[in-house]
Amino acid sequence: MNAARNLRGKTAFVGTATFGCGEAPGYSALEIAAEAGRLAVADAGLQLADIDGLFICLPNDFLSGLTIAEYYGIRPKMTNNSRTGGSAFLGHAEWAMLALDAGLIDYALICYGSNQRTGAGKLVSAQAPSPFEHPYRPNNPAASYALAASRHMFEYGTTPEQLASVAVAARQWANLNPEAFRRGPLSIEDVLATRMVADPLHVAECCLVTDGGAAVVLTRADRAKDLAKTPIALLGTASATWHSEIAQLADLTVTAASESGARAFAQAGVTPADIDVANLYDAFAINTILFLEDLGFCPKGEGGRFVESGAIRPGGSLPVNTNGGGLSFCHPGMYGLFTLVESVRQLRGEAGERQVRNARLALAHGNGGTLSSQATCILGLPETI
Amino acid sequence: MTPSPPAATYFRYLAEGHFKIQRSPSTGEWVFYPRTIAPRTGATDLEWVVPSGMGTVYATTVKRMKPPIPNINIAIVELDEGPRMMTHVEGIAPEDVAIGMRVRAKIANGPDDAPILVFEPESRT
Repeated sequence: MNAARNLRGKTAFVGTATFGCGEAPGYSALEIAAEAGRLAVADAGLQLADIDGLFICLPNDFLSGLTIAEYYGIRPKMTNNSRTGGSAFLGHAEWAMLALDAGLIDYALICYGSNQRTGAGKLVSAQAPSPFEHPYRPNNPAASYALAASRHMFEYGTTPEQLASVAVAARQWANLNPEAFRRGPLSIEDVLATRMVADPLHVAECCLVTDGGAAVVLTRADRAKDLAKTPIALLGTASATWHSEIAQLADLTVTAASESGARAFAQAGVTPADIDVANLYDAFAINTILFLEDLGFCPKGEGGRFVESGAIRPGGSLPVNTNGGGLSFCHPGMYGLFTLVESVRQLRGEAGERQVRNARLALAHGNGGTLSSQATCILGLPETI
Repeated sequence: MTPSPPAATYFRYLAEGHFKIQRSPSTGEWVFYPRTIAPRTGATDLEWVVPSGMGTVYATTVKRMKPPIPNINIAIVELDEGPRMMTHVEGIAPEDVAIGMRVRAKIANGPDDAPILVFEPESRT
């Protein structure tokens, strides 16, 4: 633990950007990712030539690290293509932190892009079909998350209205975000009146299918303070993988976020009560409930009642998914990087109408596969180091 | 012992009308899905054994189809021997399948012209 503790605040997010969120007709996934990356580098006040660590995974290109290095015309010292689903980019931040701290690289760019809405017209999954699941034709990923939701309802009495309130909270935040794809009024009744996809999940409780790209730039704290914007310290980060297919998760109501979160908090030296804003990968409404519990924002089994209380909505005690999340902001497949972008924007005070006042500490959490891979980052203003 | 590829062996047994899963004699642990090595313990002495065929619904959902295509139950059943598997619970309306329901295994025809293991409520048979 001491070794991990020593990494606290050694690196910082210095650039961030999104591009093409919603619909970006005609753009390829690579072009969307490349634009997001270019904008994040410019946001940091850097040049593309400064980037010597490249972290990326695209939905349709397993060697995308090579592709984007060539596209940019740069020759990175380190190219990381690791794929753990939507959590991958928070894992990239962990690896970037290590490489930066070791002095192997000086500036890391993490980027992602997808054109799944205008290109494919449906959610693009990179997960290989299991020979023991595929014969049953589950409508994955929704079916796997629905199975987890069914167990949570059985064990803890979580209700359809509580699940729906996750989608309502996301929409209320999206209504404050001009970049959000789905805006407009949405009530619990509206959510429950939408088409059922996989019981108990209605379509309004499933992630959007959009285009979009995101990117962040990290560097060491000593270099960060000379750049364009307030550096946002990476105080703690940890990952955990427990399974791949949903039937192999030991307890469908407890995810590996309970492990990644605990280690990230220990490294950061803070507790859930200290967090001012949390951005949790909400691929489905049950995710937000599970992660609020597993990360320690409420006791196990209380997530449904916690969200129903209005705690995560604008004006609530714990602002969650302040960009509108994967449910209402955008969801171009592997959404995890957007939880980092929104956390940085909130801490910088760049969140406009949805700005959480006096936000000093933010938590970003990514999920990959079917609740399989979990990765947590805790970010803070320079004063929190 | 001649090594046999685990997944192919499972489906070959099903095609022959037998539901078999693996068990490690040294650890006593039952294993599903089939592997070359027992998860967690690392035991390599896995043998094919016929389980009781009885289980309990651990989680359940309904794959909603566009009418007139009927909806489909998707469940996770916990075998009495311990392992869990994704499956269909059939012989009952998909939305009436409930967590805790006792079910019995049955070999059925799957969508790829290959046999699959499904379950029916115990009370039906």
